[in-house]
Amino acid sequence: MNSSGSGQKAIEAPLMDIRNISLRFGGVVALEGVSFDIAEGEIRAIIGPNGAGKSSMLNVINGFYTPQLGEIWYEGRRRGSIKPHNIARQGIARTFQNIALFEGMSALDNILCGRVTLVRSGFWKQLLWWGPAEREETEHRERVEQIIDFLEIQAIRKTPVGQLPYGLQKRVELGRALAAEPKLLLLDEPMAGMNNEEKEDMCRFVLDVGDELGTTIVLIEHDMGVVMDLADRVVVMDHGELIADGVPQEIMNNQDVIDAYLGVAH
Amino acid sequence: MFYREVGDFKTTYAADSQTFPIAFDRVRYYFVLIVAVLLVPFLIDDYWSNAVFVPLLVWSVAAIGLNILTGYCGQISLGTGGFMAVGAYACYKLSTEFPDLNIVFCILISGAITAAVGMLFGLPSLRIKGFYLAVATLAAQFFLVWLFNKVPWFYNYSASGQITMPERTIFGLAVTGPNVEPWAQYLICLAFVFGLAWAARNLTRGSLGRQWMAIRDMDIAAEIIGVDPLRAKLSAFAVSSFYVGVAGALYFSVYLGAVEVTEAFGINQSFLVLFMIIIGGLGSIFGSLVGAAFMVLLPIVLRNILTRGLNWDTALATHVEFMVVGCLIMFFLIAEPHGLAQLWNIAKQKLRLWPFPH
Amino acid sequence: MQQLLYLTEVSLNGLTTGVLYALVALGYVLIFKSSGVFNYAQGVMVLFAALTLVGLQRGQVPFAHLWTAVFGTHTYLFGWNLPAVVAIVMTLGVMVLLAILVERLVLKHLINQHPIVLFMATIGLAYFLEGFGDLMWGSDVKRLDIGLPVGISETIESFTAATFGYGVFVDRLDLFAGLVAAALVFALTVWLKHSQLGRTLRAVADDHQAALSVGISLRLVWVLVWSTAGFVALVAGVMWGAKSGVQFSLSLIALKALPVLMLGGFTSIRGAIVGGLIIGVGEKLFDFLMGPIIGGATESWFAYVLALVFLMFRPQGLYGEKIIERV
Repeated sequence: MNSSGSGQKAIEAPLMDIRNISLRFGGVVALEGVSFDIAEGEIRAIIGPNGAGKSSMLNVINGFYTPQLGEIWYEGRRRGSIKPHNIARQGIARTFQNIALFEGMSALDNILCGRVTLVRSGFWKQLLWWGPAEREETEHRERVEQIIDFLEIQAIRKTPVGQLPYGLQKRVELGRALAAEPKLLLLDEPMAGMNNEEKEDMCRFVLDVGDELGTTIVLIEHDMGVVMDLADRVVVMDHGELIADGVPQEIMNNQDVIDAYLGVAH
Repeated sequence: MFYREVGDFKTTYAADSQTFPIAFDRVRYYFVLIVAVLLVPFLIDDYWSNAVFVPLLVWSVAAIGLNILTGYCGQISLGTGGFMAVGAYACYKLSTEFPDLNIVFCILISGAITAAVGMLFGLPSLRIKGFYLAVATLAAQFFLVWLFNKVPWFYNYSASGQITMPERTIFGLAVTGPNVEPWAQYLICLAFVFGLAWAARNLTRGSLGRQWMAIRDMDIAAEIIGVDPLRAKLSAFAVSSFYVGVAGALYFSVYLGAVEVTEAFGINQSFLVLFMIIIGGLGSIFGSLVGAAFMVLLPIVLRNILTRGLNWDTALATHVEFMVVGCLIMFFLIAEPHGLAQLWNIAKQKLRLWPFPH
Repeated sequence: MQQLLYLTEVSLNGLTTGVLYALVALGYVLIFKSSGVFNYAQGVMVLFAALTLVGLQRGQVPFAHLWTAVFGTHTYLFGWNLPAVVAIVMTLGVMVLLAILVERLVLKHLINQHPIVLFMATIGLAYFLEGFGDLMWGSDVKRLDIGLPVGISETIESFTAATFGYGVFVDRLDLFAGLVAAALVFALTVWLKHSQLGRTLRAVADDHQAALSVGISLRLVWVLVWSTAGFVALVAGVMWGAKSGVQFSLSLIALKALPVLMLGGFTSIRGAIVGGLIIGVGEKLFDFLMGPIIGGATESWFAYVLALVFLMFRPQGLYGEKIIERV
């Protein structure tokens, strides 16, 4: 199963550099001085106990939360204050810990939604439908069908997502994120609540996305086996702070990490 | 037996995403269209035109409009009556200030003006959600009606405060004013309904429609995958208000001919349109048409039974009508939140397998 | 000085209208806070309660017009007059019955639905009740009189006349309404905050499913809440009715409770009161100052626009709970 988890990929100029991020909600500190980088083409895992600030970190990366302190550099430029939908336009897509699909729509429409940033036809062309808009719609549909094939969900494409079982919903959500053809893909616990078979499928999809599309992936996951197999590098967080950063081998032997997970008196 | 998709293979994605994927549906659709255009105009008389067909068509336009906003984009509005008033008064001012302007353009521009007003009142939707927004749209309802009631410029300083539509023609044929033929009224409304329903279908099946639905189903996730909430919501308000404005213009110019704002465009009208889309089906163009038909026909049928059949006085019949409408709303929300359109779909699903359901 | 006193009188007038708005709004808050349902029908319930009270008190035959139309009975009155207290108790019974029926026939089937669906269902309920109330008691305007103090308070008039040289008119009924409202708010606040039931109610409002899973009987809670709202509706209805007669066209005025709620925040009893007073005074003052310039009758929309503008800056209202968005 493991083909690229050995950390052999060349670590080039970082795709994203996260510098000294601090995030507070009122008096609650969610992130405190977190810095790490994400290299182009790698699978970067973020691990840590519950409440460590992992999801908050993803929310900062895709602009849903604005940190009080710190900078984010993306593709060599410092990112100013920017709305989430514009960050999506810059090629950052994500999935959610608690599935956030559009329940009233079919699996196909959900995945098509993922391509919203790539739509060129304006209002009037869409209104007229004939000609450019219809051609473009067909183009998008073809790309989406490729994703549907890739994720092996052909049979459910016209099923309303609310009726799908959990594992398939997770897959549709991955499909929606992939449809955006992102440069950076954020996966928030893609394997949570899955059985082993589903996990293996999902691992295969994640690896294939990295290998075949060259997409950079940031992955939050609790299953250590999965993380150690998939990730090129791992960030470990606890209580909103970064406590370790390195290749899986180093992390496994890091005393701080072991303490954080086993719970040593501070 | 006849209703089959077997043998009706789709070989392109375009064919798969057409409006009526099943051949029998297409045939029936063309049949309805032919009857509506070629048969009805020859049979229609004053009663059928005024009591059934014209109001049905006008309310259809309004229902499609509200359905785009509420059914597709998830923004509930109780200001429909007020926006219809904008369309009506815009149409009145345009046709009296520019007598040479063709009535069709007049109505379309009225829609555009309403769209602008709708966007203005849609701005709060960026910060206010759910029923907070519903109550906020009441502000539009009451303020607009007050405005048209109190500012004499809008009704050209007429003594009665009413606005009355002058006669306007298309190709020499009167479509508004006192000398209008029933079939001409019917046909112009039909043309608007056809064109607008078609445009609504196009908008809702493409990318814009998906953005609206994404906002409706989960606005935060929509924003994170790249939907601009400002543009999505405001475009829904604009398109929706355009439809409602056109409906208001038609309601005033073609259907009633003369209106008084508090009576014709009160809050009851807002609720009427909301009921149409609940009963017809939220998030369905077809449902809007069915819902409009249902809400137009229901009182006629009820009144015929109660006042003509049982000889009750009209006040009593009105009370019963209120009760029936209220019950129906609750019934549909409980039993079938997607309304008559969904019931129709379920019937079709069953029919596909009929007579061998297993 | 004269002008200032006149302004004061207008404000006082607004204050008393505001108390009535607040009374109606209180019913909305109660149901929203404790069941998460935004009950659009609350305004109609106020009138329904008042109509029922009048009908029972005067000994009207329910559905008289219907019986007449069907059987030709032509009996409209039983020919007795019930004492106010008896009529009030009976009306309360009717409101409880209504709460039970609403729970049985509507709410039970809508557990876990989207709040907007519940909201629209209550619009349906409002329509039904309006038709039902008219059918039951007839649609003419009725005078409600259960012996509340009415008329101009001479004490205040003579006092202000003596002190400022200008007699301020304050209706005794308005003073009474203020007192009743204060007592009601106090009782409700204490009840919601400090009783076991109050806690249960808040649990239900937070999450239907979670409340069910810890063994709270959702259905019983809903019946209770709606009965209480029915009681608040009756109180509001009595005040409204004594002030301006009872008829369903008044439900438009009862709608004013909605902007009151938005201003005050949907979840706050205090908000309902403060919002009611602000809007009551605000619309009177605005119409007094601006009305002559822009055409008058601004009371029809001022409350809504005020609430709308306010919400642009503070979406949760004055005292509402801040909305935190999560993914």
